[in-house]
Amino acid sequence: MSDLNLKNPVLKWIEYRLPIFAFLKHETVDYPTPKNLNYWWNFGSLAGIILVVMIVTGIVLAMHYTAHVDMAFGSVERIMRDVNYGWLIRYLHMNGASMFFLIVYIHMFRGLYYGSYKAPRELLWMIGVVILIAMMATAFMGYVLVWGQMSFWGATVITNLFSAIPLVGDAIVTLLWGGFTVDNPTLNRFFSLHYLLPFVMVGLVFVHLWALHVHRSNNPLGIETKTDGDSIPFHPYYTIKDTFGLSAFFVIYLGFVFFAPDFFGEPDNYIEANPLVTPAHIVPEWYLLPFYAILRAFTADFFLYIPFSWLMSAQLAGVIAMFGSLLVLMLLPWLDTSKVRSGKFRPYFPYFFWIFIADCFFLGYIGATTPEGWRILGGQLGTAYYFAHFFVITPLLGWLETPLPLPESISAAVTKKGGDG
Amino acid sequence: MAESPTTSPDTPDDEDRRDFLVIATSTVGALGAGMAVWPLIDQMNPAADTLALSTTEVDLSPIEAGQSITVVWQGKPVFIRRRTAAEIKAARSVNLADLLDPEEDKARVKKPEWLVMVGVCTHLGCIPKGQKGTEPKGEFGGWFCPCHGSHYDTSGRIRKGPAPKNLPVPPYTFTNDKTVKIG
Repeated sequence: MSDLNLKNPVLKWIEYRLPIFAFLKHETVDYPTPKNLNYWWNFGSLAGIILVVMIVTGIVLAMHYTAHVDMAFGSVERIMRDVNYGWLIRYLHMNGASMFFLIVYIHMFRGLYYGSYKAPRELLWMIGVVILIAMMATAFMGYVLVWGQMSFWGATVITNLFSAIPLVGDAIVTLLWGGFTVDNPTLNRFFSLHYLLPFVMVGLVFVHLWALHVHRSNNPLGIETKTDGDSIPFHPYYTIKDTFGLSAFFVIYLGFVFFAPDFFGEPDNYIEANPLVTPAHIVPEWYLLPFYAILRAFTADFFLYIPFSWLMSAQLAGVIAMFGSLLVLMLLPWLDTSKVRSGKFRPYFPYFFWIFIADCFFLGYIGATTPEGWRILGGQLGTAYYFAHFFVITPLLGWLETPLPLPESISAAVTKKGGDG
Repeated sequence: MAESPTTSPDTPDDEDRRDFLVIATSTVGALGAGMAVWPLIDQMNPAADTLALSTTEVDLSPIEAGQSITVVWQGKPVFIRRRTAAEIKAARSVNLADLLDPEEDKARVKKPEWLVMVGVCTHLGCIPKGQKGTEPKGEFGGWFCPCHGSHYDTSGRIRKGPAPKNLPVPPYTFTNDKTVKIG
């Protein structure tokens, strides 16, 4: 760790009063990082960068957008047709949202596989879950701003979730709407909050990074760095690796923007919102589909619901399960009884990890299709498995599984070349 | 860089090569960043629908001598006055040396009877009074800006007050005797 040696007198003057350059150097240049990070560790910095892209393009779009039910849809079309590069900026924002979720989901699955949520990084993980929830709220409200048919009916369905709350549900929904249906007051407050929440997210990201920098990055071996030989400075080793990953990511992102900009979208959202006609098939954006499937799984005859049927309606149970499917992630550090972090040293965990990923994809498929025939039971089984993974499989696996021996250190794993390192 | 010239791979040749790579990479990176930023800046320029409003056609037939109308062109008021013989004479008999922004009346009109100009005070952008019969026309019988007291004459030239320039004449053409196209 080399000392800061400022020559510029202005920078020196500032540094003496506010040691910001030493701080930045310490946290971003010298910052000791495990030397064995693989490409799955690129997704944290990618998520930060796409958040910045979303904020920049969003601020620009807000310069042209009109948050009024009579003008919102038209103002978006004006951005697409008349505003200089408006098509580009909107497609960057629209596809950026999908990319943001893609990145964050990969980032989270990486954390799941390598046990990044385990002690002492529980709070780091939990802050991440809060960021995910903030992202979902922001994405949902942003989708409403376009004021197409999917925007309107998506807003109607999601706000009506709160009507399932006993006694005060209807009052809460009226409060959310600012009226008796999704209307101009709803659109205005969604615009306000859609602009606000990303900056809240920036704050959360700083806390996330703060917590990260206390115990530093986990790594593919899931063991702590012990000696200086186990880590390398963040710059230039990981700045260059992150830059390479960023370039690869941008090829994919801009590929969608330029060649398939509506790939992730729903054609119905290019029809202006009509409060009197519901589209034949309402689906949320892909990144919410598994949660939507969980919501819909709860019918009166669902075996998971029957034990609770004396307590609440199936509608309320579905809403609780949907939010619960996110909140269960908060409990994961305590549900996982295995002391070994990395899935590499757990003989059976990887199978269940991949089955869980398959279940998430399956629920996504169920969420995208109409709930008919076998898909009703399929969605219910998928939902049951989702919760079983966290509440049954994860705790039991930690008890029953005998982990493989861990390497002595990151360096030892590399030099011996004997194990899984 | 390590200072062991004979054994290290950091020979002067290698440093040249490395400098080239750094400069080439930085240049391409800076160009790329500039190209990425340009759409974010250019979006603030007038949009296509705004530019489409850049011409205005005006029917002059209802305007009597001595009357003025105000039309909107590119969001700005354009004054069109059908000047009386006396007003034309007043505008043309002025000694150019007396003007703050010397300009002949002939250079400011296409037909002496019709004065067309942008009705935005050249001082700080207020709209001068004088379009209606009831409004003050200033000391020179043209227009008077109430914000900071600029007086314009019957040719729209600044005569007194803080404004630096004459009221600007927009590009316009007479498409026929009774119709003018501004812009």
